[in-house]
Amino acid sequence: MCHWDTAQLRPERGRHGASDVAVARSAVEEPPGPGEGEEDGNPHHHGGGYRVVQWEWSYVQTPYIIATWLLLASVAKILFHFSQRFTTVVPESCMLILLGLVLGGVVLIANEKQLYQLEPALFFLFLLPTIVGDAGYFMPARLFFDNLGAILTYAVVGTLWNAFCTGFCLYAAKLLGRVQADLMDFLLFGALISAVDPVAVLAVFEEVHVNDTLFIIVFGESLVNDAVTVVLYKVYISFVEVGVDNVQTADYFKGVASFLIVSIGGTLVGLVFALILGFITRFTKKVRIIEPLFVFLLVYLAYLTAELFSLSAILSMTFCGIGANKYVEANISQKSRTTVKYTMKTLASIAETIIFIFLGISAVDKSKWAWDTGLVSCTLVFIFVFRAAGVIGQTWVLNRFRLVPLDKIDQVVMSYGGLRGAVAFALVVLLDGKQVKAKDYFVATTIVVVFFTVMFQGLTIKPLVDWLKVPRSTNRKPTINEEIHERAFDHTLAAVEDIAGLQGYHHWRDKWEQFDKNYLSKLLLRKSVYRKSELWEAYQKINIRDAISVIDQVMMTSQICDDALRWPTDVDMY
Amino acid sequence: MGASQTRPEHRHQDLADRTGFSLEQIKNLHKRFQQLSGDEDTISKENLESIPTLANNPIRKQIIGAFFDKSAFAECLLAAGGAPHFPYRHQRGFILFGLRNQHRGEAGSCDQIGFEQFLMVMSHFRPPTLKMTAEEKEAMRREKLRFLFNMHDTDNDGTITLVEYRKVVEELLSKSGSIGQEAAEAIADAAMLEVASTNVPTMGPDDFYEGITFEHFEQILKGLEMESRMHIRFLDVDTTTMRCGKSTS
Repeated sequence: MCHWDTAQLRPERGRHGASDVAVARSAVEEPPGPGEGEEDGNPHHHGGGYRVVQWEWSYVQTPYIIATWLLLASVAKILFHFSQRFTTVVPESCMLILLGLVLGGVVLIANEKQLYQLEPALFFLFLLPTIVGDAGYFMPARLFFDNLGAILTYAVVGTLWNAFCTGFCLYAAKLLGRVQADLMDFLLFGALISAVDPVAVLAVFEEVHVNDTLFIIVFGESLVNDAVTVVLYKVYISFVEVGVDNVQTADYFKGVASFLIVSIGGTLVGLVFALILGFITRFTKKVRIIEPLFVFLLVYLAYLTAELFSLSAILSMTFCGIGANKYVEANISQKSRTTVKYTMKTLASIAETIIFIFLGISAVDKSKWAWDTGLVSCTLVFIFVFRAAGVIGQTWVLNRFRLVPLDKIDQVVMSYGGLRGAVAFALVVLLDGKQVKAKDYFVATTIVVVFFTVMFQGLTIKPLVDWLKVPRSTNRKPTINEEIHERAFDHTLAAVEDIAGLQGYHHWRDKWEQFDKNYLSKLLLRKSVYRKSELWEAYQKINIRDAISVIDQVMMTSQICDDALRWPTDVDMY
Repeated sequence: MGASQTRPEHRHQDLADRTGFSLEQIKNLHKRFQQLSGDEDTISKENLESIPTLANNPIRKQIIGAFFDKSAFAECLLAAGGAPHFPYRHQRGFILFGLRNQHRGEAGSCDQIGFEQFLMVMSHFRPPTLKMTAEEKEAMRREKLRFLFNMHDTDNDGTITLVEYRKVVEELLSKSGSIGQEAAEAIADAAMLEVASTNVPTMGPDDFYEGITFEHFEQILKGLEMESRMHIRFLDVDTTTMRCGKSTS
């Protein structure tokens, strides 16, 4: 994203005695800490006495606060799951936002001012990459590329349509409210409010379990539209800074060129890092213990490098994960695989929790936003209407080209699943209040929109999906027969295409697999792995999985028998 | 109708009605057929085997075999002009090969096939349309599964035996490095065992599982969405003239 003040993130940890400037995450430059302030480590020098116990608050302040927040968030999650009925109806994201509201209220009352807020810098540098990295690394690549056409269409065309329509209509409707802003401001707002948010989509959809195709289209859209959002945001910010009258036609063309550079550049950066990661893991046999570290570092660096060059960081990280996954998973040891998987998922879960809690907290700080009913209601209506219209229009076009058409139910779920989330909020907070005079109104509207989509739509999407009888995902691991026939299948389809003389999708995929086998895999896979085939690897994995499940079952049975008989385990049960 | 010479357009229209392809698609496929057969009326196995891009495909033999599978057709070779006596019924858009079962007894394969058979085999790979009902989709799915089953059941006896299955796995593994025959056998054995245990759970350790029947085959593959994945996109527009210099591929 663009320029933000990273100064607020640097805590200066002085030693005892110095008046510290250990900064809490407060948006305003205010003295840190809840209450205690910057008291010195040694309050009084009694002329040379040795103090047995000392209060070192300023020394440990920042990490202590961070750790306490994490602990609070995690304990909240435990408490939520105590009530089974509650959790099946209300998605976790809702409850976290509500908790955030409560906590925000508490802090506000205790301190008369808001100390904590979702910092854009914190969000974009730490929280978002965690979630996107996890999603990108475990993205089902085959499914993603099978539906790439649909994903690209919705992400690019859909987001542009939403952004422009919302912006223009809000400008037209400004007579309804007190908001004073010009066209550029509204277009800017339209751009940031119209992007589907990956965090929200993940949080809501993972509780709903719709079928894989639908999920990948909505989720893929939320990732790929980052490029569009980045470009629109930057372009409009620069237009706003320069002033509407000074915008030349050349700038519009620069905007279009910028989009291509941002998206393609981001993808290339990601792929380069994927290559590096694959190549490095080829040689990590002697240093197994730090294998997971390479994965995390390189995926994160892919994100940061793209940010460095103002390219699309989300695209970079996603493609790094997709590209590297196959080779890394083959090269690293089983233990490393488990470590990578669980660490990523844990971090992503924590990040998601923090994001939602802070969304709740930020909403309570009234000094940061200004309410305008007209703007809020119009925005809500417009984003719904244009999203639905966009989805219907694009699906109609896409169905002419897709092999498996998207039916009405799919379209309803896609329209309804266009959730806005923390990315929009972070972007709106990032706006410069002096340039964009209506910033406070925009912040309020964004908060309402995000809350509405995450809470209301999050709550109602499950009943909707049930009512519409949307095909769900089975989430079953494939059997050995399915593995065999999947591969036979692919070869069959490629062969029929060759016989029919067509150079269709399967033909090209087959060609890619050949290229991969002859060049890429040779370069990136460990020698011992390269010689094995995927079918063999799949067979091994299934064997291991079955063996583990058999052992688990035996242990469970013996456990049950133990409990039932209350005999020690040396009773012969066979 | 006998052996009367019907005009090509009539034939194409007739085929279009029976297979569900559009006229454009049939024209394109006919062009391709001519290419492969060298402007003859029939193609042989050698014609198909000589397609260069097919050389790398591990299960090439089975697929070519499926085109020449005798049990699929009433007669091996149909006269170019005649409207053949096809005892198949058709419904809107696709063919029910349900009556193929009646021809189970005819094993073996033809040496030459005509355009009709070529088209029949191709019609298995048509995509489903939006307007299909659930029964039609189900029937199409069975069609496609039946095709796959016949492809693997090389001796056409109605079951896929362990030997045939091993062959399939071996060929799938053959293109990648140094996996030995034992590995292929191990995988095939494990797969057969899985089929047996899911479909015949009461089988004792001494019973012999003859082979995978069609019903078992359907069962083990019910997780794969056949009707939505097993198809290719046939061309509506004529692109053969656009591809210069590739007419022999």
